[in-house]
Amino acid sequence: MRCPKCSGNMRTYDRNGVHIEQCENCRGIFLDYGELETLTRVESQWSQQHYPSPPPPAHGGPAWGAPHHGGHHRHQRSWVGMLFSS
Amino acid sequence: MTVRGEDEATDGTAAGLTGRLARFARAYGGTGRARVLKDTRVTVVRAGDVVVKAYPPETDETALIARLRVAGTLPGVLLPPLAERPERLDGRLVTVWPAGEPVDPSDPEGAPWETAALLLARLHTAQAAALSLPPAGGPARLAGAVARLSDLSGLSGPRELHGAPGPDPGSGFDGRNGSVATILAAFRSLPAEVRPGPAEAGAAAPAGGVRPLTAGRPAHGDFHLGQIIRYQGEWLLIDVDDLGAGVPAWDLARPAAWYASGLLSPRLWERFLSAYLAAAGPAVSAADPWRELDAPARALTVQLAATAVAAAGAEGRPLDEVEQALVSSCGRIARAAAPQ
Repeated sequence: MRCPKCSGNMRTYDRNGVHIEQCENCRGIFLDYGELETLTRVESQWSQQHYPSPPPPAHGGPAWGAPHHGGHHRHQRSWVGMLFSS
Repeated sequence: MTVRGEDEATDGTAAGLTGRLARFARAYGGTGRARVLKDTRVTVVRAGDVVVKAYPPETDETALIARLRVAGTLPGVLLPPLAERPERLDGRLVTVWPAGEPVDPSDPEGAPWETAALLLARLHTAQAAALSLPPAGGPARLAGAVARLSDLSGLSGPRELHGAPGPDPGSGFDGRNGSVATILAAFRSLPAEVRPGPAEAGAAAPAGGVRPLTAGRPAHGDFHLGQIIRYQGEWLLIDVDDLGAGVPAWDLARPAAWYASGLLSPRLWERFLSAYLAAAGPAVSAADPWRELDAPARALTVQLAATAVAAAGAEGRPLDEVEQALVSSCGRIARAAAPQ
């Protein structure tokens, strides 16, 4: 098989059930159908084992508190107004 | 803060209060063109290095004098006024202050959260024996915000808030989204220690006179990021209008309410709270800060939601994401308090 990018020779590897082709010239990698999903699944299993969910804030929160989604409202006019006025 | 045109306070047509405040600021050494910084219930004008603030006619002069005196006696905590006592202008009380540099509103992450916490901790631990203070304004602010919301939504005065549930939630302003009913339900569910009493609910300004500080601690009463400025190289608290003897956890309750509503990031909240605890702030315990914060944070959530929904109603627009988050918190507050 020839590399679709540089026409170099592609070599086949099998690693943990994932079948990949790598170009010996440009080092580009070609994935077969479904292999990207396989890689994603394996990666998420790995990270679940290695990165536990972040610890709760040191000082806790109230029972009625909202879940935190991150600061996507950060530049909203009403939020900035509330930070800086009564 | 509303910043108007550079010359608004000084042009020929500004014959009203702002023009006279500008001349007043010049009398205290303010130079250059005057700017109107705020023109709402209070009117604030800056000329050069001098800021003057005019109060509404019903302002309690004795309380304001006591608050100014405290501002003048806590260097490194509160900005000291340029005039020890309030002046009078057209029947309004006027205070005079040196101008400082506010926190950059475009960068809340870069705001001096730790310094703000340190200043509050210092205020809360100030030598109480030397201070005579009116009550801190936190509870009255809550009562005022809820009363304004009720007025807008067609409920009668604030006294009704202590009675039966309001009128048909499907009527008028409230029919738009039910958020008023949710906020009022959360207000009625507040623990007794943070629910404003009839004095606060009925009065335009906090009542109760000036007394030596025996119960409570000195508290700012209306803390947010607009209440700190840099003056001569150091950050200081400003705005003594709600300063008084009170429950110091109210001063942490607004950031706590932001955090609990998912608006303030856990990281910024932890920076603020940890700095307060590191400065030996007495409002909360390090082991369980929410024991003291829970009730005032509920109160501030109701206040913030009431203010936000009233503003949206006055502008005739739907609630945005931030305002909806506050109303959602009110729903959870009411449900958390409901008997199981």
